[in-house]
Amino acid sequence: MAARLGLRLVALFYLAAILVAPLGLVCYRTCAHDAGAAWAALHAHATVHAFRVTLVAVAIAVPVNAVFGVVCALAIVRGRFPGRGFLNAFVDLPLALSPVVVGAALLLLYGRNGWLPGVHVLFSLRGIVLATTFVSLPFVAREVVPTLREIGDEQEQAAHTLGASGWQTFWRVTLPSIRWAVVYGVVLTTARCLGEYGAVAVVSGNIEGRTQTATLAVQDAYENLDRAGAYAISLALALGAVLVLVAMSLVRPREARS
Amino acid sequence: MVVALPIAALVWSSTKGGGSGFWAAVSSPEAVAALKLTLAVAALAALTNALLGTITAWVLIRDDFRGKPIVNAAIDLPFALPTIVAGLLLLTFYGPRSPVGVDAAYTRTAIWLALLFVTLPFVVRTVQPVLIELDVEMEEAARSLGARPLVVFRRIVLPNILPGILSGLTLAFARAVGEIGSLVLVSGNLPYRTEVASVFIFNQLQSGNPHGAAAVAVVLLAISFAVLLGVGGLRRRATRHDCGR
Repeated sequence: MAARLGLRLVALFYLAAILVAPLGLVCYRTCAHDAGAAWAALHAHATVHAFRVTLVAVAIAVPVNAVFGVVCALAIVRGRFPGRGFLNAFVDLPLALSPVVVGAALLLLYGRNGWLPGVHVLFSLRGIVLATTFVSLPFVAREVVPTLREIGDEQEQAAHTLGASGWQTFWRVTLPSIRWAVVYGVVLTTARCLGEYGAVAVVSGNIEGRTQTATLAVQDAYENLDRAGAYAISLALALGAVLVLVAMSLVRPREARS
Repeated sequence: MVVALPIAALVWSSTKGGGSGFWAAVSSPEAVAALKLTLAVAALAALTNALLGTITAWVLIRDDFRGKPIVNAAIDLPFALPTIVAGLLLLTFYGPRSPVGVDAAYTRTAIWLALLFVTLPFVVRTVQPVLIELDVEMEEAARSLGARPLVVFRRIVLPNILPGILSGLTLAFARAVGEIGSLVLVSGNLPYRTEVASVFIFNQLQSGNPHGAAAVAVVLLAISFAVLLGVGGLRRRATRHDCGR
């Protein structure tokens, strides 16, 4: 009994020290001391623009990766073609790869002395979208692959023998059974896109009011000793993270059940 | 187009100066210091979380207390929170104006703390499902035969959850090696002292040395590949173990 209580205290103390206390302190200091300045910082032109850039990147990267993830998962689980294992490993690569390495790779491909210098990607919104898409690529596929394996293909074959076309089978049979996995993957993708820093920092050029995302704005504000501004943008992003957590805990039981 | 081509360009660029150019870039004192620091602190953070993450997972599955669902949901916070925000939070609590009097800003301790934060969920989330599957009856049987709690843990619980701990540990290590967002603010990025490999790559790119950056990036890429292969192997071993039972 004492051992159990001890372990509980160790775990809770660790979580408090590393997660809860730092977040709580920033909330407290912002609300108690810098509320006015923080509120003003959130309305500053550059901040609003930074959030807009981030949201544009999310709005493009998330649907692209949702469609790509489902197609990829279908190819990995149901497809029969050479190089399937290779595709499977490649989809996971962005998860294990450093975001800076991703940024460097994009820079060397599309940069001034790269292979495709004609495509103007760097220091533009296109570069930010590309980098964000790259780093958030695997999440949907990784959630959908195990679900597809689990449900098997008997229902799909039944639909097929009853005369359904491939498209009809996908919409009426496959998609309904993987929908919660897709939703869960989309939530994870959104979180990653909102918070991406490393890859975007390399390719965006961080031009305030043009190619600055919300995460880059946090760094900029902090380094310019604008503490209230840094805290304000951070808390807005943290609020987004908490919403993501709520969405995750709502979706997970449904995914487990289906 | 999105993944394969950029990586091919990266590898190609790192070998542009020939094998000797690659070697010179990777073995420059600053690059070696950055790589050493990265591997050491990442390993330390992954091991710390292997220990504390296993305890946390055990508490969340076998223990019962009020507010457990909220604690369980909070484990995923480092996945959802932007890493730059994580760095700012830690710098506020363990920085110059720390309320607990711990000023770790711009030290290696700060890097370790930031890596603990971002890799926290990995071990917890890989050990939890294994613990749920694990039969409590085995442990009860061992206890009724007179085994002490520590013996029960070492002989029955640990062998079963070890593959989970190891795969969580490897994922945490891979994540820690590549981490940048949470470190740019807390580490101070002092060359030879608190500059990690990812920040080194970033600085080389900013100062117009893409080949040096590419060379170190390829080293990180190789580590990522090795980790992916290692985790794949662990997973295969774990499933074979299941089939055997």
